[in-house]
Parts: sequence; structure tokens; C-alpha cells
Amino acid sequence: MGRLGKIARRTFLLGTAALAGGVAVGYYFYKKPYDNPLEQTLAEGEVTFNPYIKVAADGTIVLIAPRAEMGQGVSTTLAALVAEELDVDLSNVRIEHGPADGAYYNEAMIVEGGPYSMFDHSFYANFQRKSSAVTAKFVALQATGGSSSVRDGFDKMRQAGAVARQLLLQAAAKRLGKPAGKLTTENGKVVDTVSGTSLTYGELASDAASIEPPDTIALKPRDQWKILGKSQPRIDMHAKSTGTAGFGIDVDLPDMLYGTVRMNPHIGGELKSFDDSKAKAMRGVVKIVRIDAGKLGQGIGVIADNTWRAFEAAKAVEVEWGDAPYPASTDAILDDYRAAMADGSSHALTDRGDAEGVVADTSSGALVEAEYSAPFLAHACMEPMNATARFKDGKLEIWAGSQAPNMYKLVGSRELDISSSDVTVHNTLLGGGFGRRGEGDFPLYAVKLAKEAGGRPVKVTWTREEDMTHDMYRPAALGRFKARVTKDGALNAVDARIAAPSITKSALDRTLPGAFMPFPDRLISEGAFDQPYGIENFRVQGVPVECEVPLGFWRSVGNSHNAFFQECFIDEVAHAAGQDPVAFRLALLKDHPVAAETVAKVAAMSGWDKPLGEGKGRGIAFTLSFGTYVAEVVQVSDAGDGIRIDKVWCAVDLGTALDPSIIEAQMQSGIVFGLSAALGQEITFADGMVEQTNFDTYDAMRIHQAPEIEVAILENSETIGGAGEPSTPPSVPALANAIFDLTGKRLRHMPLSKDVSFVT
Amino acid sequence: MTLKINGKTIEIDAEPEMPLLWALRDIVGLKGTKFGCGIAACGACTVLIDGEPQRACAVTLGDVEGEVTTIEGLSPDGTLHAVQEAWIEQQVAQCGYCQSGQIMSAVALLAETPDPSDEEIDEAMQGNLCRCGTYPRIRAAIRLASRKLAGA
Ligand code: FES
Ligand code: FES
Repeated sequence: MGRLGKIARRTFLLGTAALAGGVAVGYYFYKKPYDNPLEQTLAEGEVTFNPYIKVAADGTIVLIAPRAEMGQGVSTTLAALVAEELDVDLSNVRIEHGPADGAYYNEAMIVEGGPYSMFDHSFYANFQRKSSAVTAKFVALQATGGSSSVRDGFDKMRQAGAVARQLLLQAAAKRLGKPAGKLTTENGKVVDTVSGTSLTYGELASDAASIEPPDTIALKPRDQWKILGKSQPRIDMHAKSTGTAGFGIDVDLPDMLYGTVRMNPHIGGELKSFDDSKAKAMRGVVKIVRIDAGKLGQGIGVIADNTWRAFEAAKAVEVEWGDAPYPASTDAILDDYRAAMADGSSHALTDRGDAEGVVADTSSGALVEAEYSAPFLAHACMEPMNATARFKDGKLEIWAGSQAPNMYKLVGSRELDISSSDVTVHNTLLGGGFGRRGEGDFPLYAVKLAKEAGGRPVKVTWTREEDMTHDMYRPAALGRFKARVTKDGALNAVDARIAAPSITKSALDRTLPGAFMPFPDRLISEGAFDQPYGIENFRVQGVPVECEVPLGFWRSVGNSHNAFFQECFIDEVAHAAGQDPVAFRLALLKDHPVAAETVAKVAAMSGWDKPLGEGKGRGIAFTLSFGTYVAEVVQVSDAGDGIRIDKVWCAVDLGTALDPSIIEAQMQSGIVFGLSAALGQEITFADGMVEQTNFDTYDAMRIHQAPEIEVAILENSETIGGAGEPSTPPSVPALANAIFDLTGKRLRHMPLSKDVSFVT
Repeated sequence: MTLKINGKTIEIDAEPEMPLLWALRDIVGLKGTKFGCGIAACGACTVLIDGEPQRACAVTLGDVEGEVTTIEGLSPDGTLHAVQEAWIEQQVAQCGYCQSGQIMSAVALLAETPDPSDEEIDEAMQGNLCRCGTYPRIRAAIRLASRKLAGA
């Protein structure tokens, strides 16, 4: 606690010193290699200051929130960053996603994607960070993922607002013949408080946009924030409560056709032959085409005048499929994992002391050993995959809810052999993303069908069955953990080995064939190697497994399985050492007071020091991921007909909490997402095909199973962390540890429903 | 085929086997009702037929007997239903995709049971999946809507 106080004070002093001294920062716009993409989109009378601000002809201020709104509230929070510095209420602006463009590239997502932990500031790690920042600019991926939107936008979007405000002040100074320093701003207006005169931003916009922007700009200190740090009404809430929000699946264009695809369920396999004579004769069917999508496999596409008619026709096509490139059953796929675990080559992103030697030293205290596993998982976004495309007069337009809209320019231009400047991407709201909607398959199929539609737009919607059996799956993973506890109960060494395929390699293979990764994939062991535990002898080996099942980024990615392994294991070790799991973790975290405080906080919230009644159990887990520290306690009870998850307490530290209501919602969301997997989600293969096809065989947590969730937000961390993913990783191990507390049974395999039953 | 939807009589030219969901979305142009699974397992397509919650993906046009109310029919003149007001005040929606269905189920629940217990809420709402995990706020919004309706 003492140390924590010190850190918190230091942060505060740094912050105020910087601002009180008027230290201005060299800001983003001069370093950017991109033009302002809004210039291309301006209508008559519209003005733009930078990629984030546009003023319409009628004076309406338009703020650009260039990240996918998939439920995480990002459009509200990003707009708030600009609005805070621009000095305009959120209720007085219009917020748009803006065009798909490299100017909106996501640096934060790539910079922390290297093989180092967040608190590793060694020469090597910092060097990698710097060079990947350059790569990020070059690749210019406009992506939403890695819980990075706010981390990426925090400075640059506030700067965008602050610069525009400066220019508006200067324009008003000229107009009123007063020095800019004598004027102030107030909710979209420049005000001369002496005379009471005011000019709206709309009136000043075109003058202001012609003034040369300043070289440096200072940002408001936190105690002057009016919008940030307070819960804002979400800008999308009304539309989402009235059925008027526009998702990709709701796109409606004049003369539009409807389509669907049916790809080889042996994912990646060929289409040997097909007979569409029956299907072609069905009502409303316009065309049936063969689809060849390279690594994604082959199949058929149907164009019709109605989605359901397209679904029915696709079913009626008789097909002969070729085999998948991976082994036919889950067990056979896992054979490759077991072989790799036994003697595959590995990389250790953390290797300090002599973990192997100490663990082997039988003269020390007890040896603790455990093996864990996690299955393949589907994203199962609520809105099935879909996209709409129109190819007319050499120009392609794509409408889709996307986590990577400018990548679709590449997808479209490659497919049609046109320049990417002839591709326009319109991003809609996303009915869930969780990592799935950064993929290029669904827009590609829409483009392929649009090519066959004679210039008419085609909306291509997948059935749920197609969606679930053609995902890019969260990979299965195996973990083998060993520890040595000293005779007086201290944790002396942990030696961990995690076998999983590289998601990054799988994604590169299907997106940019030929590209390779210059360093080991951190995703294999993240959530384990990068945790702030002060274990003297600590090694985490990542063992890459060869696996041809298409793999993707699933909410919290590698953390989703590794936190389960490691946090269950830490609990086992605490138990073996005869120590309380909270006290045990606090001791291991003594050099990381921010982390320790989340554990202490959640213990206090949950009444950890008070005994539980009969028939109840509770467990704790902690994970640092995406720059955010999260500790959770799960409490369960024996409901007679199964285990009930009664309550979850969550203490989260993301440094600066920009919108408490949205952060609370994201914590709850991530917890339900993780617990959903624990309750029974598992993707398995038989005959080379995914066995789960819909929510009847791959369900998620329902309201009657959902616990009460209490969230406390801390702000001790010096850096700002992400919100969309970090509550998922600790949820499952906290549950498994709670079930151990209740039943005395260690659960080492996901889903936990393999070993216990939950109330249904 | 003639259907009564949100107070209007609508002529639909389609095969009787077509699920109501797709006629609503692709023919009538009412897109607030969502497609999630097509097998009555997720609740995204929930509409009211004569006040009863029904999964529009599992009711064929030929089987529709009675008046259909969709999310668009809850606030025909722009005045929000108490349930919608509560949803906004509690800031329930995340991605929002399941919420039309959630709201329609909640409207039906409160019409039948104005002051539902926790068990009754669980019972009535468990057919509506939410992948974003908005359940804690859904519970709070239903309780708030119940108070609003009692006060009105
Ligand atoms: S789409 Fe009807 S219940 Fe899922
Ligand atoms: S709000 Fe996204 S599925 Fe419910």
C-alpha cells in the first residue's frame, strides 16, 4: 500500500509538472505520413481541420471515431477525446466512423504485440517497440482489436481537438480584433466574456481551417476535464433500443440482390463437383456460382431475390466435397499438440534464474505438477457474418461491419484486379466482433458474388451454420506446469511449457501469403510469460504446433487459455504451500503495487477474510493483459441440480478511466464471455468437419446462469490500458478455483462442464 | 397473403413456408427484427403475435394467425415504450444486435407479469441470448420499466 501511494503521487506530480511548466508536446500531425482523408469527402461548404474533425455547411460539427463500434462503446469514448479538447458537448456533435483509410492506422495494437511484457523496458524491448511503431505506420492497418483503440487515440485525438480549438480561437480573434488570449470557448462557441459577443464554431470554421496549425499544443490537465472521466450517455443507445441501428445485415440499397455462400465444411477443401439443377429452378434464384477462395477453400455462392430463398437454394445444391488439409478428428489434431509438447522446439519469452534446475532439485520442498488443456472455440458473434458489395463501372463498393476496413480495399482490389483507390468501404455497426470481424473472408465472398451480379449490389448473409463451421477458431492449447515450493512454503521456481499453434502465422498465411514473422509469436504464451509475479526462477516455454485449422484472434487471444492454466496453477501451488490464495498472490506481486492493489481490492470487496457458509465456494484470479490489471473473485454454490455462479467481483486498473459506465459494461461483458466458454463451449472435429453448427450445440451463458457482477475501477497505473478484453482471462480460472473451494476437485480442462455440471 | 403488422394491413407475395422473419426483413423492409440462428435458439428475432412472444424465424407466413408487433411497432409515433426508456436509462445495449429481441421479450413479460420476481425474469428472458453479456443491465432495466409502468 505504501509503495502504491508513492507511485500514485509520482504520477500525479509528473502530470502536473508537465502542464504547469507549460511543456508542450510535439504532436502527431507533423509526424504523420498520410493526407487528411476527409478532404476527399467534403461536400460544398464543408470544412475539415484534421482527420478527426469536419464542420458541415450548416455548422454541424462532425467528429470521426475511426474504430469499429462492436458494442464496446468506442465511438462515444473516442469522440469524447476530441470533444473534450475542442470544447463541445457530445450532444452537440454528430459522430461518424469516417472513411476507411491508412491515416487511421492503429499503432498501439502493433507496438505492444511484440515478444515482451508491458513492464519490460529493456533495451531490446524498447528497440522492438520503436521499430514496430515504424512498421505500424507503414502497414497502416486501420484495425480495431487488442483493446487498443483508446490507448492509440488517447493523445492523438485529444491533440486533434486542441489544435482545432486553437485555430478557431485565432480566427475569432481576427474577426473581433481582440487577442486570442482574451477569448475563451464554451460548448461549440468562441466567447468574448468582456463584451458578451460569441461566434459559433460553424461561423468560424472556414476562416480557421485556412490558418497554419501551431507547432506545439498543450492538453488540458485532468482536473479541467468536463466530459472525460465521467459516464456519458452512449451515442448509439437510442438507435439500439428502437431497432433502428444499422448493422451490416441491414444494408439496403436500390436494386439490391441477396445471396449466401456454402463453403466446403472440410474447411479449406476443394469442391469436386456440384449439381445445381434443382436449386436453379427454385423461386427467386438468380444465379449459382462456384467459389474458389484459395486457402479458405471452395464452395458455392447463390444469388437470389431474398435471403431465405438463397439459403434454401444453397441447401438444395448437391455437392461432392474434397478433404480438409488437417486431420479428420479432434483427437488426431491434438496428436500433433502432444508430440510438440513432448519434444517440439520452443522459445522462452521469460527465462530467469534456473527454473529447470530448481524444479528438479528434490532436496528442496514439494514439487507441484499439473497439466491443463483448452479446446478450439468459435467467436459466435450475435450477427452472423455478412457483407454487401457492388461492382459497377470498374468501381467497387463494400458495406460491412468491419474491424479492419482498409484491409478490405486490398481484398477487393486483389480479387477484381483494380486499384485500391477504386474501392470504397462503408463501415456499419457490428453485431459483435470479438476478433472475428477483422477477417477478410466474408467481404471477399460478397465481392465474388457482386462480380456476377451485373452491376447490382448483392448482400451476402451467412447462415448461423455456415458461420459456426467456417470460423477462424481460437486454437486449442495444452499447458504443462511444474513448480517447486521451499520447505517454508515460498514459491521458488515455476517451469511452464505451453503448446499451441501460432495465430499470427495462420492469419498471415491466409491474408498475406509469403509474409513471415521476424520474432516468436507472443500469443502462444501471453497471459503466462508476461505476468508480474516475482518468481525467482521462472521459465515459460512456448511450443508452436503445426495446425492447418484456420485460427483467429478471439477476445483476449492467448490470454484466454494461458491465464486459465497459470492462474489455476498458482492456486494449486498456494494450496500445496498451505497458504491463502490471496495472500500468496500478494506476496508474489510485492514489486508490482498496482497489480497487488487490484488483488487486495477485490479481496476486500468480496469479503474474502470472512468465512463462507456451507455449500459455497470462492476463487480468485489475476491477469495483466492489454495494459490493464484485473483481479476477480468468483463465488459459487451447490444448487442441488448443479453449480450456480452467484457473484463475480472485479477490480480493474486501466490507469485513466475515461468513461466509468462503459468500462463497467466492458468488464461485465468480458466476464460473461469467459464464463460462457467455461460452461460448455467447445469446437470439435469429426470427419474433417466442425461438429457444432448452431446455438443448440454451441451455447453461451444465458440470463438465468448469469451472476451478479460488481466492478471497482482503480486508477493507480501510470499508463492507460484497454477495456474490451482484459476481464475475460481471469474469469475462468477464478471460477475453476471457486469450484475447487466448493468441491475439492481441481478442474484442469476447459470447458469446465467436462468435469462438473452447472445449473442449466 | 395478408398480414396485420404494427397496426397496418400488409399484402405479401411469398410462399407460405417462408419464415415470418425473412418476410419482415427482406420483403416488408422492417429490419429491426434480427436474424441470429434460424432455429428458435437465440431470440434475436422475437416479435409479438397477439401479444405473445414468438420467434419469427420459426413461424412460417402460413402459420401467422393474429397481429404481429415488431420493435418498430413499439414506438409508432416516436414516443418510446417504457421498456425502451428503461433500456436507454440503464445503458443496456452494447453491440445492440440482440436488443430488439430482448426488448420484445421484456415487453411481453411485463404485460403478463407487471412486477416480476428474479425467477420470473430469468424464466421469461432465458430464450434471448446476448453474446455481449448485457444481462446485469437487462435485469436492472426490466425492474426500472416495471416501476415506470406501475407509476403510469
Ligand atoms: S433467429 Fe430466431 S431465435 Fe434465433
Ligand atoms: S448487445 Fe451484443 S449480443 Fe446483446
